[in-house]
Amino acid sequence: MSWMEQSDTRSCVLLRLGERRFALTADQVAELAAPSRIFRFAHRTPEIEGVILRRGRVVPVCDVAEQLTGKRLTQRRFYLIAARRHGNSLDWVALPVTGECELIHADVTPAGRTDAPHVAGWISYNGEVIEVLNLQAVTPSASPETIAPLPEATA
Amino acid sequence: MRLAPPQKSPAARTEQIILFRASTQIFAMSSASVQEVRSVDSLSGVAVAITEATLPKVQHAIRRGDRNLYVVNAAVHFGLRPSPAALVFLLRKSRVALLVDGIEKMMTMSRLQALPGAFCHEERAWYRGLTVLDQNVIPVVNPLGFLTSEQIALLDALSGSRSFTESAGAAAADISV
Repeated sequence: MSWMEQSDTRSCVLLRLGERRFALTADQVAELAAPSRIFRFAHRTPEIEGVILRRGRVVPVCDVAEQLTGKRLTQRRFYLIAARRHGNSLDWVALPVTGECELIHADVTPAGRTDAPHVAGWISYNGEVIEVLNLQAVTPSASPETIAPLPEATA
Repeated sequence: MRLAPPQKSPAARTEQIILFRASTQIFAMSSASVQEVRSVDSLSGVAVAITEATLPKVQHAIRRGDRNLYVVNAAVHFGLRPSPAALVFLLRKSRVALLVDGIEKMMTMSRLQALPGAFCHEERAWYRGLTVLDQNVIPVVNPLGFLTSEQIALLDALSGSRSFTESAGAAAADISV
């Protein structure tokens, strides 16, 4: 039985996108990073703004606010860097957030069949019911088989 | 969860790359993939105009030996605003000649990072990966990603039906954007 199949106390990171708050399970969160330079290059994945450099790693910036709240972020303060499983490896994405994040412990109620795909569960915190995000559903992802090993990879 | 630094192999291999400009952006390509660099002017008499509505990035072909090379406009290929191109890269072991604005510089790449999995469209074929040079992230172009074998077959059929070699003199066109 997976952790989402029953109510379970979990560590979660609360994040703010405009006026709304969402949560990610803490085990998906790597760090909260200050805004840094976004590098842009030609591509065709509209959800990706560009990439940032973090500890030598290239991390794509994926603004999920419009998808989740209907509005693009006009102000951003941090990047919440999260990990998702992609095939046999972890793939990192930077989510722009508008406020400081908060680590909490809360009972997570699994998502129901009628919930939107981006909802992995629900938590209740300070009188507010907050969606726990399904990172796979809310960020774009190439199918693992399209990700070939690096040809003539250096290093 | 800590963001672990990328693993480093003990013996780093390096690769010579050409940084080139297309429209407003900088790209990298392995210098081993480039057989020849020519000015656009030097090809203006031998390039033949070719039009295939589904491939607007190809507007010229060059006869080399017994086959055609197809000139791909790099800016159009990458969905960028076309800009005046000055150079053509004739790619090694390829049917593609790449029209670019200019060469920025030659550099050595010591590390190629995979394109993150969040990139999930055509860019997966466009790039071998990303490299970091002077604190800039540069996409490293996949020389095989400009034309598929089906597209080359389509262009061959198109140019073959126009008896390419015989009409080359009459249809010779200046390469421009």
